[in-house]
Amino acid sequence: MDELITKRVKEVLNGNQDAFEEIVIHFQHRLYQVCYRMLNNAAEAEDIAQEAFVRAYVNLETFDQKRKFSTWLYRIATNLCIDRIRKKKPDYYLDAQVPGTEGLDMYSQIAADQRLPEEEVEKMEMKDRIQYEVSRLPDKYRTIIILRYMEDLQLQEIADILEMPLGTVKTRVHRGREALRQQMGSM
Amino acid sequence: MEKCPKHVVHYMHAFLDGEISSEEEKILTKHLESCEDCKALMEELEQTETLFENVATVQAPSGFTNNVMARLPQPIKQKGPKKWLRQHPMMAAAALFLILMSASFFSSFENEQQFSFTKQPNIIVEGETVIVPAGEVVKGDLVVKNGDLRIEGEVDGDVTVIRGSKYMASTAVITGSSEEIDEVFDWLWYKIKSVAKEVIPSSKDDKSNNE
Repeated sequence: MDELITKRVKEVLNGNQDAFEEIVIHFQHRLYQVCYRMLNNAAEAEDIAQEAFVRAYVNLETFDQKRKFSTWLYRIATNLCIDRIRKKKPDYYLDAQVPGTEGLDMYSQIAADQRLPEEEVEKMEMKDRIQYEVSRLPDKYRTIIILRYMEDLQLQEIADILEMPLGTVKTRVHRGREALRQQMGSM
Repeated sequence: MEKCPKHVVHYMHAFLDGEISSEEEKILTKHLESCEDCKALMEELEQTETLFENVATVQAPSGFTNNVMARLPQPIKQKGPKKWLRQHPMMAAAALFLILMSASFFSSFENEQQFSFTKQPNIIVEGETVIVPAGEVVKGDLVVKNGDLRIEGEVDGDVTVIRGSKYMASTAVITGSSEEIDEVFDWLWYKIKSVAKEVIPSSKDDKSNNE
């Protein structure tokens, strides 16, 4: 499969835009899933996954053909997701007081989907529960847990995608796994 | 309850990563047999792992590929010079260098419209004409640009007239070579020759030294 993708990449570089379609078909579900798990929102996931393919197409010349194409594609997608998540983050402090109120801090203003009440969580279907628990993970563990469990990637490949030392990836898998265990246990 | 060694938790994760050595696995198994807390922790971690690994994959919505293809910019026609430049940076640099160099050659030919000549003590200048008077001997080379040269006396060296005419009286003597340059290519050739002369000591000089 890798050989076919390499061939298609060369064709696209030679000006054949249609050859890119096969690349998109091949990777669409994997890339969409990463974005969906990262962003926890179908519309945003579709937008970002499409954007990732467009960026890959536009910057295809910078892709080092000696390396794995999927690694490069995943890197583009995860970076776009992380940027999107950062932009969504509110730029105020949660324990700052809400103006015009007395003793009411921002924790009381968080939208319901950030942390659901226990009984709501217990009623969830397992697949929604899993998605919810992943979305609650801190950013730096979330990406790695998604790539490890949901995309079923090797630790070394994750290290290549995120351009991180293998040791850091292992540590984060361990901490992410432990965090998930506690989240599942506490509910 | 005895405090469990910290490396046991580390071994649990190594086990789940599939990166545990057989020796470490033995230690872990032995510890789990004797420690209920660690056994429970290991089971929870394994359950979590299974749960998250086996979650159904999410599929991209239908029409995803078509939407991507519609969003792509028009294919960039890079068959032409841009691609060639990118693939042969050294050749591109050399070509650019040649273009700039030749431009400076041609522009210097076109722009040097001013009358100029080699300063020699015993020549006379009338308007744009340099005269070597009869009976005088000019020692060394003589170059006249954008003007005429009339030789009645003797020049002990090379004579070059660029964009001008050379008149020789019957009494004129030129010991060296003599040339008139009018065209761009002659000019170029002259430039190259003079550069070569500076770089390589001329064979004529060698001969004269030998004599």
